[in-house]
Amino acid sequence: MAHTTEPTPVVRALYHDDDVLISAVKEIRAAGYKITEVYTPFPVHGLDKAMGLKETRIAMAAFMYGLLGLTVAVTLTWYMMISDWPQNIGGKPNYNWGMNMPAFVPILFELTVFFAAHLMVWTYLVINGLYPGADAQNPDPRTTDDYFMVELPAADGLMDVLKKSGAVEIAEA
Amino acid sequence: MHYESPVRQPLILGDKSYNQITEDVVRPIENPAPRSWWMVFSIALVMFLWGVGCLAYTVGTGIGVWGLNKTVGWAWDITNFVWWVGIGHAGTLISAVLLLFRQRWRMAINRSAEAMTIFSVIQAGLFPVFHMGRVWMAYWVLPIPNQFGSLWVNFNSPLLWDVFAISTYLSVSVVFWYVGLIPDFAMVRDRAVNPVQKHIYKILSFGWGGKAKAWQRFEEVSLVLAGLATPLVLSVHTIVSMDFATSVIPGWHTTIFPPYFVAGAIFSGFAMVQTLLLIVRKVFKMEDYITVQHIEMMNIVIMVTGSIVGVAYITELFIAWYSGVEYEQYAFLNRATGPYWWAYWSMMTCNVFSPQFMWFKKLRTNLVFTFVISIVVNIGMWFERFVIIVTSLHRDYLPSSWSMFSPSFVDVGIFVGTIGFFFVLFLLYARTFPVIAQAELKTILKTSGEAQKKHHSDHGAHH
Repeated sequence: MAHTTEPTPVVRALYHDDDVLISAVKEIRAAGYKITEVYTPFPVHGLDKAMGLKETRIAMAAFMYGLLGLTVAVTLTWYMMISDWPQNIGGKPNYNWGMNMPAFVPILFELTVFFAAHLMVWTYLVINGLYPGADAQNPDPRTTDDYFMVELPAADGLMDVLKKSGAVEIAEA
Repeated sequence: MHYESPVRQPLILGDKSYNQITEDVVRPIENPAPRSWWMVFSIALVMFLWGVGCLAYTVGTGIGVWGLNKTVGWAWDITNFVWWVGIGHAGTLISAVLLLFRQRWRMAINRSAEAMTIFSVIQAGLFPVFHMGRVWMAYWVLPIPNQFGSLWVNFNSPLLWDVFAISTYLSVSVVFWYVGLIPDFAMVRDRAVNPVQKHIYKILSFGWGGKAKAWQRFEEVSLVLAGLATPLVLSVHTIVSMDFATSVIPGWHTTIFPPYFVAGAIFSGFAMVQTLLLIVRKVFKMEDYITVQHIEMMNIVIMVTGSIVGVAYITELFIAWYSGVEYEQYAFLNRATGPYWWAYWSMMTCNVFSPQFMWFKKLRTNLVFTFVISIVVNIGMWFERFVIIVTSLHRDYLPSSWSMFSPSFVDVGIFVGTIGFFFVLFLLYARTFPVIAQAELKTILKTSGEAQKKHHSDHGAHH
């Protein structure tokens, strides 16, 4: 069953300059081909726009994680200092959480940052498929040095567009 | 058209290509260590082991082996703690605050500065933990259910705030550092020939492939982490200063402490970055990336923060007099003219006087002079903490309990040990990690590379 449908061959075009890459991506997309992936050795500014990638929502996620951290901190301080075992510590008022709150500001702040930073980074690793020992995601090792690779499904007339766009090497796999 | 002020100097010297940056950054990793590395590493290791021995003796016998007495209950341990935490501030300041301000010169130095941050915060953390005496009960500082009630930790206490601040700072710094390291480890992995090396860097690089979406997220994550780390770094030394400021000891009970401690922390941190980077750029031939301009920029930061610290010292003196509180007045009089006068004046000379040389361009671009000053500043900042802690404690309200403090060999040994431990970690880092954030640096090659800039301005002239 699996053998009946041949997978579409993938074309990989290598570029040697980030500016050439950006204009190539624009040309390829203008010619009507869909780019599946671009591998670059460093963040190329404007590449996400040229590829038509959506903006990432990870900052919003970090904000949510921060709110979660704040909630945890409020709950923790309220339960331990006000509810479960209230004590007179240096005469600080602790009739309710609000009265004692000024002394908790550092804890509220630190836990907000702690949750926002760590959970955001965990999210970042998970959605990018990054974990210790994972196989390299880039098909060509040169793309972490000074080459830029555009990957897309093979199609008619694609080779000419790629050649014209300034690709230094084109391979089909 | 792109316009740039002619004042902007190139940040990457020489005619570099992307590949050249790769080659220069991996050279220390792929080549065997030079003899000088082994020599320094051996010395650091011996110092570290000596410190381990002194710590073992402390744990086995009790903190009575330190020079503390009934009056001076905090001395070298807390001095060293604050000193190391302060040094740890520069890394995050460089990578976070300068990222938010879009200062591109940070890119060549942020990796090493962050490494320094992490390694020095590790040293800092050792002191309060071992000062607990029964270190195996260190987990009592955590808010976890226990068999005594549960009797919870005290969230009103600045010492507990410190636990949260330092652990958040350390863990967030590690994560920030590692996020930036992943693409650079991938670069090392992709070039590695030796299978063992390749495997290690494969594990470290988490499979990074430089996909466009991953880079987009990478940049967003870096920006958000910078935004989080900026208030965090300011909060850490603020909270450390509250350990003192919320007490009723004359000389400690001052509202100026938080900003004064933060400025001092940045001051000493940049000095330590200078010390380390002047060696790194020389030993690993990174002069084209860590340029004299970088050194000069950091010297300016040292000059500014040193002056802020100077203003804080003078303000403290003024307020002590102006307050009319005789205990407060005596505390400062005693600092400057009492038995620890030498510590006070060492602090004044090293921290307030020595950075003023940096007003002169000739001096702040002189590498040997910079190196000397960077060490002088760190000695001065150590004395600052010693002065604040010991001189305030040794003579307080009750003259019958006045006393002096002198360190025991264990106090000295542990301090020397942390310096050794710090350098062991830093030297291992310098041989195995990409010491320059090469992926980030490649993004500014076209705008700030020397050859590229020259090319740019030549073409500009024709139009």
